[in-house]
Amino acid sequence: MEDFQFASILVSTIRYAPVLIFAAMAGLFAERSGVVDIGLEGKILASAFVSAGVAYTYQDPWIGIAAGILASTALALVQAFVSITQKGNQLVAGIAINIAMSGLTFVVAQYFFQQGGRTPDLGEARLSTVVLPGAELVAGVPGLGWFWTRLVGGHSPLVYFAFALLPIVHWVLFHSRFGLRLRACGENPHAADAAGISVQRTRYTAMIIAGVLCSFSGAYLSIVQSGFFLRDMSAGAGYLALTALVFGNWRPLHTVLGCLMFGFFAAVQIQIEGVDLPVVGRIPGSLIQMIPYIVTVVVLAGLMAKSVAPKALGKPFVKSR
Amino acid sequence: MKTTELPRWASGFVLPVLNLLSALLVSALVIHLLGESPLESLQILVNSAVINPEGLSYTLFYASTFVFTGLAVSIAMKAGLFNIGAEGQMYLGGLGLTLAMLSFDATLSGWLLIPLAIVASAVFGAAWAFIPGYLQAKRGSHVVVTTIMFNFIAAGLMNFLILKMVPEGDQNPASRVFTDAAAIPQLSTWLPFFGENTPLNLAFLLALVALAIYWVAVSRSSWGYKLQATGLNAHAAHYAGVRISRTIIVTMLISGGLAGLAAVNSILGSTHYLSLNFPAGAGFIGIAIALMGRQHPIGILLSAVLFGALIQGGFDLSLEKPNIPQETFIFIQGLIILFCGAMENMYAPAVLKLINATRTKG
Repeated sequence: MEDFQFASILVSTIRYAPVLIFAAMAGLFAERSGVVDIGLEGKILASAFVSAGVAYTYQDPWIGIAAGILASTALALVQAFVSITQKGNQLVAGIAINIAMSGLTFVVAQYFFQQGGRTPDLGEARLSTVVLPGAELVAGVPGLGWFWTRLVGGHSPLVYFAFALLPIVHWVLFHSRFGLRLRACGENPHAADAAGISVQRTRYTAMIIAGVLCSFSGAYLSIVQSGFFLRDMSAGAGYLALTALVFGNWRPLHTVLGCLMFGFFAAVQIQIEGVDLPVVGRIPGSLIQMIPYIVTVVVLAGLMAKSVAPKALGKPFVKSR
Repeated sequence: MKTTELPRWASGFVLPVLNLLSALLVSALVIHLLGESPLESLQILVNSAVINPEGLSYTLFYASTFVFTGLAVSIAMKAGLFNIGAEGQMYLGGLGLTLAMLSFDATLSGWLLIPLAIVASAVFGAAWAFIPGYLQAKRGSHVVVTTIMFNFIAAGLMNFLILKMVPEGDQNPASRVFTDAAAIPQLSTWLPFFGENTPLNLAFLLALVALAIYWVAVSRSSWGYKLQATGLNAHAAHYAGVRISRTIIVTMLISGGLAGLAAVNSILGSTHYLSLNFPAGAGFIGIAIALMGRQHPIGILLSAVLFGALIQGGFDLSLEKPNIPQETFIFIQGLIILFCGAMENMYAPAVLKLINATRTKG
């Protein structure tokens, strides 16, 4: 029985992690370019609502996802305008977007669907899962069957996309010309500027990429995981993704590992609720819920590793004359 | 003569008003899109939040809480610290207050209970802010990220602790009700104008006192000078002999204590018991208030009253207009933070141009 539970924790970890991975990779682009992206939460929420609402209306998950991309990118552009063009406080801009979206998504959902700020169940408009080749063949084999049909297979396409992002992001960031420029803008924008790179344009591009990537996180929440939009359903995922980013030292691989760790604890929390454990007895889910945050504070305190942020992070770029 | 810098009246008054108007204009547009009349809505809002005495009482009651969270965020901002954790600190302040009441409300009189509650809430709030402050000062971990974490940890902790306080047989996640002696007297006892049983209470006066102390401490004391120097240029302050890490820790302690005090008005002034999620976003509203009030005591008071009015008026408006639920005002809050906080200087060039134009004419 113990083993079986551990297996389902692993499966839920894989299912939960994409929410964080998409958002964290979005944050990675924004922050490596020098813009603090504390507004991930708001973008996730906007995209979760818009994609669920549109997917339900047109009964097509892909149209929903496309609409979600538009919503999240529009917000990213607002954030970019405030942070880059207006040179405003980037933290404040992000928090404002989070708070505004928490209210607006409810209001608009209530206006259109009259169901207490949620969208109707998507039903057929949910994203279907992928059945891997040979799944039927190995389904009966102990161990291998579980591995191939439940752990690796049987997820929605977005899950595979999330994990495929890791090598893509790594390549773009560290091996492409754009990535080099992006990192230069985040580390030393004046040097980048002197080398003929437009810091403004690079940062805007980074924010657009962040908007697009972040939208998948929201779409995944509503179109894949729950099958409807619910008020404040992101429940801190944006902040958690940001934390994974800090935890992972703004490096793709470590950030994804951080996301998996948070996913793991979320899965443990659900599994362990109300279960009698040997020695310790019942552990309330609310306490397990705190573990990732405590771990992060410990990491931030430099007790496990030193986190090094991009040097120009959060500083608006003023071109020197 | 041409000026390159805005005069104080313009940067302290004209810009915030222009920013606020922009936020309200966007809100009006959204209300229009929801199929309701913005002007009529504004009328209902002002009527029920300011003109109606009972409504005004509620407005000022909410404002009392917001003054404390606003001061909490403001004082940290003065030292260059962005304390996003006022929500969690207020939550923990409520815990401290409740623990004190549950232990002593049967034995002590009101004259001792209420000061005890005030001290307990401030101490617990300060303690919750101490760790992020210490980590920022000594380990360089950014207070923004740690206070976010501490909000979540506070929420988890309270989810766990409140279940332990629920009296047997009760369903609601809330502690038992404190004795009447622990209630802060309502202002309507002396001022019947406000109507019976409105929650405005002496904590409002406490808030005014806190504003005055804040003004003296920040703008008129040598400690305030060190605080502001740290916020403006930590390196320069360090060379001038300010102990930066000490200033950071002390400021975070005060900030957390102020946020904890916000619980006094909400709990002892109104509900008289600890309930799940009782801060209800007041800590985040504190961010908006600090930004809009530009960390000045009068600005903080005015913005706190404005947000109190939005909450009270918004509640009544949502009853009359089902298309404008209360959540609309969460959205408007966000807009106000965006326009007054992040884009605070958007109109500065235009205003500067205008001032220069009128000066050359005259």
